Amino acid sequence: MFFEQLLFFVAGFGAIGGAVGVVVLRNPFYSVLALVGHLISLAILFLLLTAAFLAAAQVVVYAGAVMVLYVFVVAYVGGSEEELRPEAKGLLGAFGPLFAAVLLVELAIAVIGSSLSTLDSRGADVGAGFGSPGAIGELLLTKFLLPFEAASFLLLIAAVGAVVLARKRRGLEEPADAISVADLVRSDVGTQKEAAG
Amino acid sequence: MDVAWFVVLSAFIFCIGAAGVMTRRSPLVVLLCLELMLNAGNLALIAFSRMVGNHEGQVFALIVMVVAACEVVIGLGIIVAMYRRRLPIDVDRMSELRG
Repeated sequence: MFFEQLLFFVAGFGAIGGAVGVVVLRNPFYSVLALVGHLISLAILFLLLTAAFLAAAQVVVYAGAVMVLYVFVVAYVGGSEEELRPEAKGLLGAFGPLFAAVLLVELAIAVIGSSLSTLDSRGADVGAGFGSPGAIGELLLTKFLLPFEAASFLLLIAAVGAVVLARKRRGLEEPADAISVADLVRSDVGTQKEAAG
Repeated sequence: MDVAWFVVLSAFIFCIGAAGVMTRRSPLVVLLCLELMLNAGNLALIAFSRMVGNHEGQVFALIVMVVAACEVVIGLGIIVAMYRRRLPIDVDRMSELRG
């Protein structure tokens, strides 16, 4: 019991620290690294809530795959150029944190004032297999088959959309800018096109 | 641990993410803060799933993770397209979607 509480507070402070780091750090690369720490802390919290499969998916999918995507784009865009500029001056700069504080007060009132008496308990008694891949997978393939298929279709659409968005738009450039097959054989032409782009 | 602790933590993380979305101007960091908010929602979903004692909330959280992955892919694609076309990487100056 004591170990569980200790783990909760360690992971909770890790999650909040990572979240604050994402918002506060000026270099986007460090923000991404802070988010990785935040996601791993959240995976520990998921384990405390007996959601083993989701904890594993969190680490593999989020902290692994999605964050690698972020790191690639940060390295590609080179996001640290505006590091020293003050962000969000004027009305919006004051309004943003104020909005977040008001939201926090509202959520605190909602949580404290909620009449859910079970909120103060450890929750329902669950067996040893709660949150296991088998249990989740069985639900996904029986009761939630339609959302499962819709999610897979959504992923396909997103993959196609990303390719369409990030491709080079040949139609907007001059015809002389097109690359012939002979240019592809020369190794240096790709970086030149990229730089002239 | 009581479920309430997890719900309160989720509220904290959601508000930090909301503050980031409102204050930061780099679209990359705005996307990261959106991830924070989605993850806070996931934490609340899983906490309530534990409270009720069935798996529906966990399946919902899994679907939220799928939607978050799609959002990241499309958002990063837009950022790469902005960079390719030499547009400023700044959400304040990127005020219309029309290319």
